[in-house]
Amino acid sequence: MTTRNNIIGRIDWVLLLMYLALVFIGVSAIYAAAFNETHPNLFDMSQHYGKQVLFVGVSLLAGFFIMLIDAKFFNAFAYIIYGLSILLLLYVLVGGATIAGSRSWIQLGGFSFQPSEFAKFGTALAVAHYLGDIKTDFSKPKTQMIAYALVLFPMMLVLCQGDAGSALVFLVFILVFYREGMSGKILLAGLLAVLLFLLTLYFSKWYVLIGLMVIFVGLFFLVERTKKNIWKMIAVFTISVVMIFSVDFFFYKVLKQHQRTRINIILGIEKDIYGVGYNLHQSKIAIGSGGFSGKGYLQGTMTKYNFVPEQHTDFIFCTIGEEFGFIGSFVLLSLYFAFLVRIILLAERQRSAFSRIYGYAIASIMFFHLMVNIGMTIGLMPVIGIPLPFMSYGGSSLLMFSMMFFVFLKQDANRMNIL
Amino acid sequence: MIKNRVNHSSRKYVIIAIFFVVIMILLIKLFLIQLVDQSYKTSSDNNTLRYITQYPARGKIFDRNGKLLVYNEAIYDLMVIPKQVKNLDTIAFCSSLDISRDFFNEKMKKARRYSPFSPSVFMSQITKEEYGKVAESLHQFPGFYFQTRSVRNYPYPIAAHALGNIGEVDKKDLEKDSYYKVGDYIGKSGIENFYENELRGEKGMKIIVVDVHNREKESFMEGQFDTLPVAGKDIYLGLDAELQLYGEALMKDKTGSIVAIEPSTGQILAMVTSPAYDPNELVGRVRGENYHRLLNDTLKPLFNRATSGIYPPGSTFKMVNGLIALQSGAINSNTKFPCSGKESQPIRCTHFHSNQVALTEAIENSCNPYFWEAFREMFASSRFASSKEAYSFWYDLVVSFGLGNTYKTDIPSEVSGNIPNSSFYDKMYRGVWNSLTIRSLSIGQGEILVTPLQLANMAAAIGNEGFYYPPHFIKSFSDDSPLDSVMTTKMTIDIKPKYFKDVKIGMCRVFEGESGTARFSKIDSIQVAGKTGTAENPHGDDHSLFMGFAPADNPQIAIAVVVENAGFGSQWAAPIASLMIERYLRGYIKDTKKEKRFIE
Repeated sequence: MTTRNNIIGRIDWVLLLMYLALVFIGVSAIYAAAFNETHPNLFDMSQHYGKQVLFVGVSLLAGFFIMLIDAKFFNAFAYIIYGLSILLLLYVLVGGATIAGSRSWIQLGGFSFQPSEFAKFGTALAVAHYLGDIKTDFSKPKTQMIAYALVLFPMMLVLCQGDAGSALVFLVFILVFYREGMSGKILLAGLLAVLLFLLTLYFSKWYVLIGLMVIFVGLFFLVERTKKNIWKMIAVFTISVVMIFSVDFFFYKVLKQHQRTRINIILGIEKDIYGVGYNLHQSKIAIGSGGFSGKGYLQGTMTKYNFVPEQHTDFIFCTIGEEFGFIGSFVLLSLYFAFLVRIILLAERQRSAFSRIYGYAIASIMFFHLMVNIGMTIGLMPVIGIPLPFMSYGGSSLLMFSMMFFVFLKQDANRMNIL
Repeated sequence: MIKNRVNHSSRKYVIIAIFFVVIMILLIKLFLIQLVDQSYKTSSDNNTLRYITQYPARGKIFDRNGKLLVYNEAIYDLMVIPKQVKNLDTIAFCSSLDISRDFFNEKMKKARRYSPFSPSVFMSQITKEEYGKVAESLHQFPGFYFQTRSVRNYPYPIAAHALGNIGEVDKKDLEKDSYYKVGDYIGKSGIENFYENELRGEKGMKIIVVDVHNREKESFMEGQFDTLPVAGKDIYLGLDAELQLYGEALMKDKTGSIVAIEPSTGQILAMVTSPAYDPNELVGRVRGENYHRLLNDTLKPLFNRATSGIYPPGSTFKMVNGLIALQSGAINSNTKFPCSGKESQPIRCTHFHSNQVALTEAIENSCNPYFWEAFREMFASSRFASSKEAYSFWYDLVVSFGLGNTYKTDIPSEVSGNIPNSSFYDKMYRGVWNSLTIRSLSIGQGEILVTPLQLANMAAAIGNEGFYYPPHFIKSFSDDSPLDSVMTTKMTIDIKPKYFKDVKIGMCRVFEGESGTARFSKIDSIQVAGKTGTAENPHGDDHSLFMGFAPADNPQIAIAVVVENAGFGSQWAAPIASLMIERYLRGYIKDTKKEKRFIE
C-alpha cells in the first residue's frame, strides 16, 4: 500500500459525511432565504446562493490540499500561523474597513475577509502546539499563564476592533484547558460569574441576592456541616455578593446612559424595534410559525417577505425553523451534536497531544458559535452577530471553519504514523 | 513517560455533557416556540400577513409670518402582492379601474419582477374621486389594496425653485439610504431636498392578518410588532410669502431675478427668478409630463437665475472698490479726482457732473474715472511692493464680501461666480501686468462675475457696515432644534466701519442727490441706500442691475435686482427694487402709479 492510499483509507468518512451534510443544508437554506424568482439558478453569481456555492468549491479545494500536505506541517508551523493571524489583527486596527459597525474587515479585491475568523484557527493551533509539547507541564502555574495569554492576546485585539461577539468566542478555550487539567473549580467559577453577570443585568440586584441567599441556606441544610464546608460556602457566597455589587456599580455608575442602552438592547432588556430587537422578534415569528413540520421548502412566508434582516447570514437558522419546523430543527441540532461528539471522541483516540488538543479546540469553537447563534435566533442569547458554522452565508467564515475541520481530519487520518 | 501525569481523559464526559445540556436547552426552547406557543402562528395557512407601511406626514413649510407655503394632500396608491392574486376576473378588474389589458399585463409583470411576495405599486397617485369609485368593489380582487399617500400642495404658486419638489426615489437614492423603498417619495430639489431628513419623519409599519377573501381581519398579534409613524418636522423659512408673490409679479415677462435678504440674520426674504413656474405643476401624475415641457422650454424656467446666473456687477461693485481703496490708505474720503466726462482716459465717464469729485459724489454720479484713479492710486501706494501684492490685498477683501465662493448653506444650485486670483493674470499676461492692465476691475467689469444672491449679500454686508451672516432660507424648525452653524456664523470684513459710513452717504445720494442715478425711484419717508449698475453684456443688450438696502441707518432689507438685457440700471432694476423695499417696509405701495409700469 502506498502512503496516499493509506491516508484515504484512514479518513474518518463518517465525520466527513457529516461535514458535507452540514454544508449542503447550509447552501439549501441560503438558497431558500435569498431566493429570487427571476434568478432561480443556484449557480447564479449575482445572487448570494451563487456566491456561496463558489465559496463551498473554494473550501473543498482548500480541504483537498490540506489532506495532501504533510500532517506535521500545522504542528510545526503553528506559531507562524498564529503570528500571522496576530499581525492581520493588528493591521485591521489601522487599515481595516468598517462593515456593520466594527472595524474588522480586510478588503481584498471584491472580497472582504475577517481576520478574527483566521485568528480562531491560529489560536487553536498555537494552544495545541504549546500544550501538546512533551516538555510543557500544564500543572505549573507559569504554563497555565502562558496558555491563557495565548488566547487572551488575540481576544483583546478583536475586542479593540469593536467586535465583542467574535471576541467572546475565545472564552470557550476554557473547555480545552479544562480537558488538559485546569481545575474544575475555575470552570465552575467561570460559569457562575457569567450567570451572575447576566442575572444581575436582567433582574434587580436585590432579587439576585435573595435568590442567592435561598440557595445557600438550602445548601447549608443539605450539605454535611463540617467546618471546611461552611467556610467554603461563606467564601463563595461573599465572592458572589461582591460580584453582584460590582456589576451593579459598574453598570449604573461607571457606564454612561447610551452605553447602558446599547448593552440593554443587546441583552434584549430594552426593545429597539428598528434595530436588534426587531430582528429578534421577526426571527422568533419566523421560527415559531414553522410549527411541527414546517411550511415546506421554499414556502416560508416570513422568509419570503424578507422580514428577517440578515437572514442569509446570522439568522440562517430561521429558514430551517420556518420551512422544516421542529422536526427540521431537531434533526439539524442532532447532526451538530453528533458531529461535535464525534470530534471529541476522535480527539481522544489521538496519540499526539497536539491533535487531541486541537480537536477539542475546534469542537469548542464550533460549539460556542452554535450555542450563541441559534440561541440568539430564538431569544435565549443576546443578539451577537457570529455565524452558524458551515451554514451562514459568507466566504471567510465557511473557509475558516472548513480549514479548521480538514486540518483535524488530516491529523486523525495520520494518527497511526505517530509513534 | 518522563513525568507521571494525571490522565484527564474522563473529562470528555463533562464536556460532552455540557454540549448535550446546551443543545437540549435550545431544543426545549424550540419546542416551546414552535409547538406550544400558538401566538407565533397565523390562524390558518390561507391567512396571510400584510405589511402596510404607515407613511408619516411630511413636515409642512411655512413662511416667516406663519403663512403656509407647502402642505400635504391625501392621494391613493393601488398596491398589489402578485402571489396573493388568485382567480382574478381580469376583465371586471380592468373595467372598474378603466385601464387597458396591456396596461394591466405590463404592471403585473413589473410587480412580479420586483418581488412576487412583497407589495408593489400597481397604479400610483389615484385622486380621491377615482378612489371612491373603485374602493367598494376592491374586495372582489384579492391581492390588491389601497395605500394612502400624500402629495405636496402649494397654496401660493410661488418660490418653486427655492421650495423644490418631491418625487419617487430613484436607484441612487435607494442605494444610498436603506430607509427608502421603491415608490417612496424623496425631496428632489430645493428646501425639500436639503431638509429631507427633517421633513420626512419616520415610517411606521402595521401588520394585518388578511383572510382568503382579501379582507383585513385583525392586527397581527394585537399590534405587538406594529410601529407608529413619526411625523416630520415643520419648517419655518425666512421667506416672506407676500413679498415673494409681489416680486414674482413685478418680474413677470422679464428675464432676471430679485434676491432680498434680512441683513441682521442672513435670512432670505424673497428669491425671485424669472421666468418661473407654479410648483403645483410638478405634483402628482402630471409631474413627468410638465417636467419635460419645462426642461425643453427655451426660456429655461427651471434655471435658477438668482443663484446660478452670473453677471458682471458693473457699477454696483464700485462701493467695494471705494472701501478697499479707503482701507488701503491710498485715498481718504476727501480725496478728489478729476473727470473729463467722455474725454477721460483710460476709462471714459458716462455721466455728466462737475470736474473734481470726492467719494460720495463719485458714487452718486457713478463716476468711472474716479474709481479708476482710486484703483490706480492703491496699486501705486508705497505700502505694496508690487502690483501682485496690491492685488492680493484687494482680492482678499473682495472675497471677504462673500464673492467668488458659494455659501454652502441650504440654498440650492449655487454657483461661485468668479473673482480671479493673481495667478490667473500671471497666466493671462505672462507675469507682466499692473493696475492699467486690469483696469476694468475698477468699475466692476472684466473677469469679475457675481450671482444676484452674492450681490444681495454684498448689499447686506455694506448695510451692516462690515459683516454678514451667510444667506439662508431656514428660520426655525417646529421642534426648535438648532440651525447648522454655517448659517449662524458671523462673517466679518476687515474694513473700518467709518469707511462704510462714508460709502453709505454716497449710496443715499444715489436716491437723494440732484444727479443721483436712482433719484426717480426715491421712496417717500423711507431712506434707501443703493447703487444702480449697467453691466456690459458681450452676448447682447446690457443688463440692468441694482443693489441696496433700507432704511439706510438700520437696514431691514438688502436687495439685489437683475433684469437681463434691459439696459440702464436706473430704468428697470432700481424702480423694481424700490417697490420691493416699500412693499416690505411699509406693507403697501403709497404711490400706486409707480407699479403700473410693471403690473397690469
